[in-house]
Amino acid sequence: MTNAHGMSEERFEGLIGNLLRAGVILAAAVVLTGGVLYLAKYGAQRPQYQAFRGEPSDLRQVSQIFREAVSLHSRGLIQLGLLILIATPVARVAFSVLAFAEQRDWLYVSITLIVLAVLVYSLVNS
Amino acid sequence: MHATTLEFTLLIAGGSFLAGLLGALTGLGGGVVIVPLLALVFGVDIRYAIGASLVSVIATSSGAAAAYLKEGYSNIRVGMFLEVATTIGALCGAFLAARIPTAAIAIIFGAVLLYSAWTSITRPPEVSAPEPDRLARLLKLDGHYPTPEGMRAYHVRGVPLGFGLMYVAGVLSGLLGIGSGAIKVLAMDRVMHIPFKVSTTTSNFMIGVTAAASAGIYLHRGYLEPGIAMPVMLGVLAGALLGARILPEAKVRTLRIIFSAAISAVAIEMIVQGIRGHI
Repeated sequence: MTNAHGMSEERFEGLIGNLLRAGVILAAAVVLTGGVLYLAKYGAQRPQYQAFRGEPSDLRQVSQIFREAVSLHSRGLIQLGLLILIATPVARVAFSVLAFAEQRDWLYVSITLIVLAVLVYSLVNS
Repeated sequence: MHATTLEFTLLIAGGSFLAGLLGALTGLGGGVVIVPLLALVFGVDIRYAIGASLVSVIATSSGAAAAYLKEGYSNIRVGMFLEVATTIGALCGAFLAARIPTAAIAIIFGAVLLYSAWTSITRPPEVSAPEPDRLARLLKLDGHYPTPEGMRAYHVRGVPLGFGLMYVAGVLSGLLGIGSGAIKVLAMDRVMHIPFKVSTTTSNFMIGVTAAASAGIYLHRGYLEPGIAMPVMLGVLAGALLGARILPEAKVRTLRIIFSAAISAVAIEMIVQGIRGHI
């Protein structure tokens, strides 16, 4: 438990750190690409953000955002980047479930699963 | 605002860059400035502003957490246990955001901002619990952290109250689109007696997960406007990265006092505009 435990904990912390970094870089790259396309297309128009309208449904649902992004619609691409960013901490929590399971820490497997359930509920169900 | 989309985007990106830079240097985070900047200066609807701010909070927290994990200060078990409270709180906060008037959100925002400014200039005293706490031991929350003299062990206490405060931090995060770092540190430093360096890094580690819980709801509600979130996220991230790089050489103390004063002024303006019903 002592030595092997410490080693695997350190390794997992390193892996989680890399996962977070990769998620943020990927998200920023996708948002930037979408942003360039967006400005190329809409840059000269005048924005209307004072009044709240809410986004159309194709920029709210996960499956629709993917469809928009795949067809390289700029706003859909930005939304996909934001979705990747939101998913990054979720992936980190999911990964922690495995990390605690490998340490046979069932208490923390359960605690982490609760957090994961809340996050998944927010992303998928609300 | 009569600017074109291009001008508007560049202005927001520039402002967000500064917010991210100052947020990283002062430890207050970029989120506390983004919402007032967008709502007061650019006249953006506060719900769009909060959505964009949440996204930037996830970006900076995840980026910083990656670096902190290496240093070995963060306590992952404390973070994960308290995330149960913050994520459930964040869900409630995001649901509340749709039900209470924007003027009320602005007033609460101002009050939380004032509190954050106050805590950033008064550092809590370093306290350590001498005797172990039963609940903390049961939850395996005690840990150790590196000091120049080697690893030092610490005991955690005040678990129920800390957990409760974390729920409040989560509600405010989901309602206002901020990291609620000030309340997280209050819970961990003052109530749970976690060493300063451990509580700040663990809090940062938790902020991304907390913000992700409410960001999903903001996305479904249509509060994430890509045209605003794009320059905010990229600007804050770039500013925070630069801030983390120059932090060791920066004169943080003076900067923190100036920034806190500026934030207090912004907070009062938010409250006034909220009371007048302009937000």
